[in-house]
Amino acid sequence: MTATLNRQSARRVSKVDRFLTFIRVFLVSLIVIGVVAFLAQQFAPDNPFARWRNPDAMGLTADQFKGLLVSGLSQGAMYGLIALGYSMVYGVLGFINFAHGEVFMAGAMTGFIASEKFNANGLWESNFLLCLVLIIIMAVGISTLMAVLMERVAYRPLRNSPRLIPLITSIGVSFFIQNAVMGLFGPASKSYPRLPEWLSKQRSILTFEIAGTKILVLVVASVSMAGLWYLVERTRTGKAMRAVAEDKEIAALMGINVNRIIVTTFAVGGAMAGVAGILWGLLFRGVTHMTGFLPGIKAFTAAVVGGIGNLGGAMAGGVALGSAESVAPLVILEPLGVPGVSQLKDAAAFTVLVLVLLFKPSGLFGERLSAEDRT
Amino acid sequence: MSASATPAWFQLDWRRVGRWGGLCALGIVLVSLIGMPVGLDRRIIIEGRLSLGYLALIWMPLLFGYLVPKRIVLEGVENPDPGIRDVLAGLCAGVLAGLGPLLLILGIDNFNLRKPLVNWSPQLLELLTFGRGIGYGVAVWFAICAVLGLVGSSMHVLPANVRRVVSFIAYGLLFISVLEAAIDDLSEGFGLESLTDAMYARRGGLTVKFSIILAVVIGVLSIVTKGRVKGAANHYKGLQGAERKRASMLLFSGVTALCIVLPMFLGMIMNELLANVGLFLLLALGLNIVVGLAGILDLGYVAFFAVGGYTTAVLTSAESPFFTPELHFGFALIVVVAMAGLTGLVIGAPVIRMRGDYLAIVTLGFGEIIRLLFMSDWLKPYFGGAQGITNVPHVDLGFAVVKGTDPRSVFYMVLVLCVLAVYVSWRLQGSRLGRAWMAIREDEQVAEAMGINTVNAKLMAFVVGAMMAAVSGAVLAAKVGSVFPNSFMILVSIIILVVVIVGGMGNIAGVLVGSFVLIGVLGGPRQPGLLQEFQSYKLLIYGALLVFMMLKRPEGLVPSARRSQELHQEEFLQDAWLKGEDHDIEEAAEAAAAVGGSEGTGDQA
Repeated sequence: MTATLNRQSARRVSKVDRFLTFIRVFLVSLIVIGVVAFLAQQFAPDNPFARWRNPDAMGLTADQFKGLLVSGLSQGAMYGLIALGYSMVYGVLGFINFAHGEVFMAGAMTGFIASEKFNANGLWESNFLLCLVLIIIMAVGISTLMAVLMERVAYRPLRNSPRLIPLITSIGVSFFIQNAVMGLFGPASKSYPRLPEWLSKQRSILTFEIAGTKILVLVVASVSMAGLWYLVERTRTGKAMRAVAEDKEIAALMGINVNRIIVTTFAVGGAMAGVAGILWGLLFRGVTHMTGFLPGIKAFTAAVVGGIGNLGGAMAGGVALGSAESVAPLVILEPLGVPGVSQLKDAAAFTVLVLVLLFKPSGLFGERLSAEDRT
Repeated sequence: MSASATPAWFQLDWRRVGRWGGLCALGIVLVSLIGMPVGLDRRIIIEGRLSLGYLALIWMPLLFGYLVPKRIVLEGVENPDPGIRDVLAGLCAGVLAGLGPLLLILGIDNFNLRKPLVNWSPQLLELLTFGRGIGYGVAVWFAICAVLGLVGSSMHVLPANVRRVVSFIAYGLLFISVLEAAIDDLSEGFGLESLTDAMYARRGGLTVKFSIILAVVIGVLSIVTKGRVKGAANHYKGLQGAERKRASMLLFSGVTALCIVLPMFLGMIMNELLANVGLFLLLALGLNIVVGLAGILDLGYVAFFAVGGYTTAVLTSAESPFFTPELHFGFALIVVVAMAGLTGLVIGAPVIRMRGDYLAIVTLGFGEIIRLLFMSDWLKPYFGGAQGITNVPHVDLGFAVVKGTDPRSVFYMVLVLCVLAVYVSWRLQGSRLGRAWMAIREDEQVAEAMGINTVNAKLMAFVVGAMMAAVSGAVLAAKVGSVFPNSFMILVSIIILVVVIVGGMGNIAGVLVGSFVLIGVLGGPRQPGLLQEFQSYKLLIYGALLVFMMLKRPEGLVPSARRSQELHQEEFLQDAWLKGEDHDIEEAAEAAAAVGGSEGTGDQA
């Protein structure tokens, strides 16, 4: 009896497995066909394979492709910065801080308010760099404060509850912040003042035509990342953070103030999100109360892609996700004959998440979690 | 030394007072700047005295005044008796709370922050100063906050009976004024307009005279009914076997009769509201199976709702470009259920083995992907893109026609479906599958070790939940007569999640209560509830409610016994320990040791 039961259950499980294999094969073949058709198109626009699914396919010129790649990279750098917050909190506390996207939005919103004030008294035009530094400091301050407050009010009382409880709480926090910000500042989209001409003009670097804003985004993101790397890998606080992520109890026994380290983790994650918020404002100029939602989820995707708990991975995952989302619709879907591919950008990002979790749930660079968080 | 100098009744916990008072002041500022007082001022609670806008502010000093002297009750620790100290603490916190309006009034008067803060407006100043100048406004606010803080904290000092009567009157008046539209509607149906005309003022709100009468009536009622309701409930809970069954049948048939008869006396708006509640109840029952029973946090639940709506629209609408033979709603419903099951399997299979929290985010991604696909130009030939599919026909049942313009018919259809869904969930709960779900929720690894095929059981939960959501979507499509991708935002999933959690996860009664209270009073994602003025603030309230419930009462308003034991495991263990039940544990341990020992000796022999 038990033997038949076992066999039965084994067979049922394998049905799910078979289906998963089917999905894997399907997705991979979709990607391969898309890429091959794209390449065929690039080499010889008239060959039958390129015309197979999409007779009107135009292909991409080298400049177009580079442009896509650069915007993907700069957006990805932003995702990476946000992803750091998800990754660090997940590493230390083992739950997804769903409201982290809202911390990012708060940074962007602060930047908007401050920059508008600067613009009103002319400082934005006359001394842009000073303004930039000031708004970054303010956004970092507000975002950090918000993240710390969030931890204190909503997450600390739930420290030892089942994993889904803080996740549900953070969904509530996210909802609350979104709508509070809408109530406070109104639902209309707000746009940052115009950037000075010397910054936003196109520059050519290594044959890449890059808008100055994107260079700024990449530079600021790399500087913040370097700072974070130094903090985590080279300072005592960083060492303590790593220890807490490894095992909270033992870290406490070693004389580490776990509560303080957790607050620091939230603060650092919030600061990075604040920087990302300013970069978002400079790059896209428009901010609303919903700004945090999609980038937040995509940043979490980036954290998973890079391996959760792994900081370098989060940054790399962000960059990978950003470029995938801007390149994939045109490279894979367009040759397959899908019209209106730019609408499917977000869908492509989520598909990346599903793909990574199907093939390598621990991420491209390996996750770093304590044993208890791994189950 | 200073402590000995101050009299005993003045030894307050100043830190506590400062904290709660400060929080209250902050809360008043936040709520004012979010725009609630001005936005809600239209809705009047008591004519000429109190509007919902002011109520949005003054509940805070009352509540915080109550919280300041509140002590944590611990078993084995004697709390000092509440006394004058506590009342004083409430008063001080109230005075501190008065700083909130003070800052706002002075701030709005002297600075112009209209640019980022949209509600930094003269209207707010007007409202805060009662239109009578700054000095008057500040003085009155300090007085109001202090008095309310005093009232709140004196709740601890009053005898239980008085406290009961006071809270009954407050809740009763609030309840009756919130239900104004419903009562108005109902009395019109019964031909009792003269009563409601006396009760409610023309511009809305209770009349002063009538609210005094009502207060007296409720007060008397609360004294008369004291303990009876609870006694009846306990009596019902205590019933066994056949008697319990008979009582349940009686209760059930009573509720059914009420549900059938009541809508006949209600007008359009109330029936519409009930139909909406039913639709969301159907959704919530489905999510209750997924989240409440099986413990799978599915944030993309709206995907199934969308699948139901779109399948119905494609199959029945003449406008749908893709499927020409137009089916009857009944056949479409069968296809919808099958479709939903299939979608549940397809979405469920890849995610079912993931960690719980990854699963939540991935399902959220799927929910968004499905909406984006319905909206995309790619699938426009099938689903109509952003314009959606219009012209979904009415449901012709032969003896009646269900159509959106006649909400009563929709309500009856939804009622039938809800009863069916409740029956299905109830039967599933006690079944082998239901018990497997609960085991998985409590501990997946142990459940697997007990021989449960966790993958299959979880997939089944997904599928059953999907089917209920899809049926709800089908009814929505038929009711509204069209489907648009933007009716299926992630927002819907989260609101349903709030409904399930506030009501009580894993408990059918809880889900019923949750959807009536939340969807009925505050409204759904697009559908207005009884408090239509809350339209722009309800999402904020949903968010705050979700956080509050998770922090303070994760088992919900109507908890399921097992679920609350799970959530308060430590407290249960502690209680058991304090009551000296550890003897049993020790005995069990000794018995186990004895058995182990005898086995050991057996081995040696």
